[in-house]
Amino acid sequence: MDSQATVVMPQEKVKSSIAKKKQRKKDILAYIAVYLSATLAVALLVGIISYVLFKGARVVNISFLTHVTSFLDGTVGIAGNIVNTLYLIVMTMVIATPIGVGAAVYLNEYAKPGKLVSIIEFAIETLAGIPSIIFGLFGMVFFGATFGLGYSLWTGALTMVLMVLPLVTKNTKEALKTVPDSYRVGAIGLGTGKWHMIRTILLPSAMPGIITGVILAIGRIVGESAALLFTAGSAKILPASFNDLLEKTMQSGGTLTIQLYLSMSKGEYDIAFGIAVVLLVIVLEINILTKVLANKFDLNKKAK
Amino acid sequence: MEKQTKIKVRNLDLFYGANHALKNVNMDIKEKSVTAFIGPSGCGKSTFLKTLNRMNDLVDSVKIDGLVELDNENIYGEDVDTTLLRKKIGMVFQQPNPFPMSIYDNIAYGPRVHGIKDKNKLDRIVEESLRGAAIFDEVKDRLKKSALGLSGGQQQRICIARALAVQPDVLLMDEPTSALDPISTAKIEELMDELKKKYTVVVVTHNMQQAVRVSDETAFFLVGEMVEFNRTKDLFAYPKDKRTEDYITGRFG
Amino acid sequence: MEKKAVSIISNNKTKNITEGIAKLAFQICAVLMIVAVFSITAYMIMKGAPALQKVGITDLLFKTLWKPTAATPSFGILYIILTSIVGTFCAILIGVPIGLLTAIFLAEVAPKPLAIIVQPAVELLAAIPSVIYGLLGLMVLNPIMYFFEQKIYANNNTHQFSGGANLISAIIVLTIMILPTVINISTSAIKAVPQKMKSASLALGATKMQTIFKIVIPAAKSGILSAIVLGVGRALGEAMAISLVSGSAVNMPLPFNSVRFLTTAIVSEMGYANGLHREVLFTIGLVLFVFIMIINLLLSFFVKKGMRQNG
Repeated sequence: MDSQATVVMPQEKVKSSIAKKKQRKKDILAYIAVYLSATLAVALLVGIISYVLFKGARVVNISFLTHVTSFLDGTVGIAGNIVNTLYLIVMTMVIATPIGVGAAVYLNEYAKPGKLVSIIEFAIETLAGIPSIIFGLFGMVFFGATFGLGYSLWTGALTMVLMVLPLVTKNTKEALKTVPDSYRVGAIGLGTGKWHMIRTILLPSAMPGIITGVILAIGRIVGESAALLFTAGSAKILPASFNDLLEKTMQSGGTLTIQLYLSMSKGEYDIAFGIAVVLLVIVLEINILTKVLANKFDLNKKAK
Repeated sequence: MEKQTKIKVRNLDLFYGANHALKNVNMDIKEKSVTAFIGPSGCGKSTFLKTLNRMNDLVDSVKIDGLVELDNENIYGEDVDTTLLRKKIGMVFQQPNPFPMSIYDNIAYGPRVHGIKDKNKLDRIVEESLRGAAIFDEVKDRLKKSALGLSGGQQQRICIARALAVQPDVLLMDEPTSALDPISTAKIEELMDELKKKYTVVVVTHNMQQAVRVSDETAFFLVGEMVEFNRTKDLFAYPKDKRTEDYITGRFG
Repeated sequence: MEKKAVSIISNNKTKNITEGIAKLAFQICAVLMIVAVFSITAYMIMKGAPALQKVGITDLLFKTLWKPTAATPSFGILYIILTSIVGTFCAILIGVPIGLLTAIFLAEVAPKPLAIIVQPAVELLAAIPSVIYGLLGLMVLNPIMYFFEQKIYANNNTHQFSGGANLISAIIVLTIMILPTVINISTSAIKAVPQKMKSASLALGATKMQTIFKIVIPAAKSGILSAIVLGVGRALGEAMAISLVSGSAVNMPLPFNSVRFLTTAIVSEMGYANGLHREVLFTIGLVLFVFIMIINLLLSFFVKKGMRQNG
């Protein structure tokens, strides 16, 4: 207690008034920096969208969307690229969705925490982190050369499968986690097998999450370029007849992004901006769609 | 000698959106004494405590009417700087919440925020504050170690020391022992007795025995209303209101 | 269906087989992820390693002369590696503060109506295809850079004019492209800091900004580090957005030089390369792959650390 008395409190105890409103200079600077940064982010987006629209909107018309660029016919259009993009989306998702969902079901419903699971999780994280140009190189030598698929939509699609798997798996897993355990216990309690329970209870409940993953994956495919340049190639012809529809999957086909890149390298900026407008519209729609789905998902959760 | 009024509350109403959470509260809190707020959960005692250092400002939908004066200054006045107010009125929370940094830095955080940079000065403040919270001897050899490594009771006394380091006049304690074991609780109660020699202490507690042990005056709250406010021994010996009597005799709550 | 005498043992066999097959199928799906990563790693090494031997590790990695199609070709990729490192570093240096401040805005400062505008804007920025960033870089940034280049090097005879397709343009594009990553991850990290920490700081009389910079940011450290590491990964791996913007020559990474990144070297030369040149391009891919794997390991380290802190 002696020491208590001898040590003088370092600050004089003055009856200071609380009514001295002063802003610290550093605080004001911090607020300015924070607001400026946020403004920059929004300004960037607005700038990008308006510039692309300004440069490209007049290029986009019905003919641009429904014709193939041809010197013989004198037409300029991206119909072939649109078809190729659709092909690639369907081919990729037909393969990636079941595998991605299956992996998520395994991780969430079957696997017990351990070495295997942590290796799988690490593999998923790694796949998600590998840059698309590496996927492109791998697809080219593995599916293109080793499998002998060459430059074809299949090579592109199989490459894209690897790229979008993490997206589908992660979203499905998140969705499965939100399915209450009572559903599982309830179904098993009724004597249904696990597989039956997964098919009839879990997957339907997780559907919004699975669909969100699929849509995000589609967005990835639409926007991808580096992984496709050396796998799917750059051809832009339409299938000539009904019989060609399947054969086309074995042929080279450039998506919208690839055509944009090629047009830009060749200095055909009008076409490039036209495609940019189309891409932006698609991306915007996908964004809105995932938002709507997420909201619906939230509502579902609240209803429970 | 009659102690002077430190905090004066008149006609205080508080709304959470449409919810009328505090109804016409009037109170004089005396300086250098311990004032306890008791009442069942959800009665508004914690909410009321937080109106005294304006921590309720952080909640979006809160609306406050009425007068709260600290040393005859309206703390809800237009030119009040809440940082200066909170420097004068320190707070200790229900859960010990030390910052994820060293013990020393925890205590020095407040003084540093208020512009003290001098190393010697900070050293002295840290030691004084830790002594003031009766924990200096336990931690003097590990000041540079993380505060998160301490026990819950020690962490809570670190939080008290942290509040003392900015040299407040008033110390608000929001159920400071509810997360602690009996031994740590006893230490903190003992400490409150020390603290009231220099500070005005206001403590919210869910534990009536604690109020009896530590406080000079007690206020009983029920559904947003301050039912009774009196010297602690009088309130517990001769409750004037039927509801107070019901509560302290354990008939509800 | 006929009603048979129900035994609890009766059809266990078929049921067990279905259950077994289902489980196996799901397990195969999951294991495919490992197979994929393993095959990619194996192929990158298989295809990238031979050139290291043929050209010689030091000649390839630490020489600067890149003349892959000359009569006596030279395959030094040091400038290419340096460009990727310098470009990524600068993009992080500019992008992280802006991204972090925006994250602070979203998580702590923004009034609700403003957050509702900024949040989707950031999400959209992330969704814009990289070729569009490339197109804009080419059409907007390059002319601006060319303007400065002409001013700065007006009387300089040795400077090789790039037409504005230079390192600065590429860094700006990369900075913009990592912003959404940095913002999103940092925002969640900041939001995860417990309210009780902030209350404690405010109750001591700290201002909101002091609380953010002295308590919240340090507490969110490992999440923010993850954001930075992910940003590095994104910048290192970006190809199409910068392949035209950065010019088409291998040079030392100086601001107004045309440069080639690890990624853009592959993009622009793989189309016509053959023989050893092609193999070297795979080696460049391998170098990039090694960088990315290091980043992935760092990332899982930070994520684990973050989980330990919050748990």
